[in-house]
Amino acid sequence: MKLPIVDHPTAAKPFVTNEDRSHWHDDALWFVRVKRDRQASSVPEWEYLRERASAIKTHTIANLGDYLEQFERNATARGATVHWAADAEEHNAIVLKILRQHGTQRIVKSKSMLTEECGLNPYLENNGIEVVDTDLGERIVQLREETPSHIVLPAIHIKKEEVGQTFHTHLGTDAGASDPQYLTEAARNHLRNKFLAGEVGITGVNFGIAETGGFVVCTNEGNADLGVSLPKVHIACMGIEKMIPSLADLSVFTRLLARSATGQPVTTYTSHFHGPKDDNSELHIVLVDNGRTRLRGNDTFRPAMHCIRCGACMNTCPVYRRSGGHSYRATVPGPIGSVLSPSRDAKSYKSLPYACSLCGSCSDVCPVKIPLHHQLLAWRGELVGNGLLPLSKRVAMKTASFLFQRPGLYRTAGSMGRTALRVLPHFVTHNRFNTWTKARELPKPPRESFRQWYIANRGNPQRRDSVNGNATTHANTRSNGDAS
Amino acid sequence: MNESTVKSSVTATTDSRRAIMDRLRGQVIDSNPIPPIDTSSLTQFDDPLAVFQQNLQAVGGESHLVDRPEQVAEILLGIDVFSSAEQICSLVPDAVNGNVDASAVDDPHEFAPLDWTIAQGQFAVAENGAIWIDGATLPHRVLIFIAQYLAIVVSRSQIVSNMHQAYQQIGNIESPFGVFVSGPSKTADIEQSLVLGAHGCRKLQVFLLP
Repeated sequence: MKLPIVDHPTAAKPFVTNEDRSHWHDDALWFVRVKRDRQASSVPEWEYLRERASAIKTHTIANLGDYLEQFERNATARGATVHWAADAEEHNAIVLKILRQHGTQRIVKSKSMLTEECGLNPYLENNGIEVVDTDLGERIVQLREETPSHIVLPAIHIKKEEVGQTFHTHLGTDAGASDPQYLTEAARNHLRNKFLAGEVGITGVNFGIAETGGFVVCTNEGNADLGVSLPKVHIACMGIEKMIPSLADLSVFTRLLARSATGQPVTTYTSHFHGPKDDNSELHIVLVDNGRTRLRGNDTFRPAMHCIRCGACMNTCPVYRRSGGHSYRATVPGPIGSVLSPSRDAKSYKSLPYACSLCGSCSDVCPVKIPLHHQLLAWRGELVGNGLLPLSKRVAMKTASFLFQRPGLYRTAGSMGRTALRVLPHFVTHNRFNTWTKARELPKPPRESFRQWYIANRGNPQRRDSVNGNATTHANTRSNGDAS
Repeated sequence: MNESTVKSSVTATTDSRRAIMDRLRGQVIDSNPIPPIDTSSLTQFDDPLAVFQQNLQAVGGESHLVDRPEQVAEILLGIDVFSSAEQICSLVPDAVNGNVDASAVDDPHEFAPLDWTIAQGQFAVAENGAIWIDGATLPHRVLIFIAQYLAIVVSRSQIVSNMHQAYQQIGNIESPFGVFVSGPSKTADIEQSLVLGAHGCRKLQVFLLP
C-alpha cells in the first residue's frame, strides 16, 4: 500500500483552520499533561526513576539478542509458543495462520499500536475474519472507519456529540445523546456480547520480561483481560523493543508508565501473563522486528527504541495539540512518531521533523529520557544530507548563506527590506506566494539598522578595534561573517 | 489451509528468527550493566495503610477496615447492589458465602451473568492503591473481570510502600496469571470524562483485615 506523500502542514490545515476545534483539542490534551505533572511531582524520586528507566533500556537494547533468546527459552518452558516476524506482512500471516488452525471467525482485540502499525485489522477482515476492537476509544474510531489519532487516547479528536451520533447509527442509542456515562454504558453492553462471542483474544504487550518469559499488559478498562480470559487462545503481538531484563526492572516501568500517560498512579489492571490459562488453552507470542533492528543499528536514533508508548510527548507538544494526530499520517504521531516514521521511510515522512518548534518540552516529560527534540533536529540535518529538503527551504537557505557571507550586500539588502516593508502595499506582501503571512502581519521595520544605531551611540566599531591593537586578527577571524 | 503452506510459513518464521538474530548480533553495541537499585532513594511511607486508602479512593475504589472476616458480609449486605445480587462467587468463604461454585464450572462463559466476585488479595501497594491477586487463587481468571462488582479482601499488615517492594514480595512468578488491580474498571475515552465501569467491575470494595 503506497500512500501519496502528504506533508504535515497540508495535512494539518483542515484541523488548524477550524479554530474552535483546534483550541478544544489543545485544552483536552493540556488537561492530561497537567495531570501528568501532578503525578510526576508527587514522586520525589521521579528523576531517579527516569534515569534508571533510560539506563535499563540502553542496556537491554544493546544486548537485545541475548534477552530475546532468554525470553524465548523461558516463555517456551512455560508453555507459550513464540513466533518471529521480520516484518508486518509476516506478523499478519502468522496471526492468520493461528486463527485458521482454530477455524476462527471472530476475534476480540485489545488496543495495540503494533497491530495498527502492521495493518492487522484490514488484513484479517480481507481474509473474512470479524475483528472487534474492544478498547472504547478504539471501538469508536473503528465504527467511524477512522484510525486512532493518539496512541493512548485513540479518540481524543472526537467530540462526545459525534460519539453519540456514531453510537446512534451503529448501536441504536438515543438520537442526540451525548452523555459519556450513557454512551459508555451502551458500549459496555454492546461489547459484552462481543467478548462472549470472541473465539480468540489478541492483545499487545507493554513489557516482555526476559528473566521470567512472561509479559505485562496494562489497561484501565479491563478489555484485554476480558478478551483473553474467555477464549482458549490468546495471541500477544509484541515489538522486540518491549523487552526488559527482569521483574525488578518492571517495577521502575510500572511506576512511570501510567503516571506519564494519563496522570494515574498506575493503570487499573496490570496483568502478568506467564503461559497459557490451562492445559486446554494456547498462548502465542509473536515477536516483531518490522524495522526495529534497523533503528537499533543507527547510533543517532537508537534511543528512540527506549519508547514505552506513554504518549506524554504528544500531550505536551504544542504542534501536536493544535494540529491533531491525523495530520502526521502515521501510526505513531507526535514527537516520537516524527522520529520513528522517517527512519522507516525518510522520503514519505520528510516533513515530520519540521512539525516541531524545538521547544524541548517532549524531552522534558519523556519517562525514558529520549532526547526527542535533539533527534528531530538531527533528522533535519539528515534530510538535508539526503537531498530531501523541499526546494523552497533549500533556496531560502542558500540565499541566506550567500547574503551572510557578503556584509556589504547584507547591509544593502537590509536597507532595501526596511524600506520595502514601509512602502509596499498589503496585497504585495500578503498573497498566496508568501505562506509566512497567511496568519500574521509583518513587523513594523525600524528606521535604522542595529549597525547604524551602534555607530551613532557607541562609536565606530572599526576604530575601537584598532585602538585595541587587534584589528587585523579580528578581521581575519571574522572574514566569514559580519556581526553588523 | 493445506500442509504445504503451513510448512512454508513455519520455515519463514525460523528464517526470520535467524535474520533478526543476525541483525542484532551483527552490530555489537557497548553498554554498561544495570546498577542495582538504590533503595535509599525510594520513598517509604510511615503509614502505608493511610496512603493506600487515600490512593485507592483517588482511583475510584472504596476501602473498609474490618477486624473479623464476618464483618465483610455485614458491610456488603448494606450495599443495595449486593443485597439484591443473584449470582455471587466468593473465593473467600470465611468472609462471604457465595452461591456460585467456580471450581465446578468448566467454561468461563458461564460466568456472564455473575453479579459479584469476592477475591482474595495477597498484598497491597500504598503508592498507587493496587492489590496483587495471584492467579493461583482463581479457579478462572475471568472472575476478576466479568463480574459486575468486585470485592477484594486483603490483610492490612500486607501493605508495601512501592512497586519495587511489590515485586520483591512476589518473588518468582509461579502462576501463569497475576494481576495488580487498582480501582474499578474505568475509561475516559469520551472527551476525557471519567466513567467508572468500562468493561470490568463497576465498583471496587476493598476490605482490609488485620
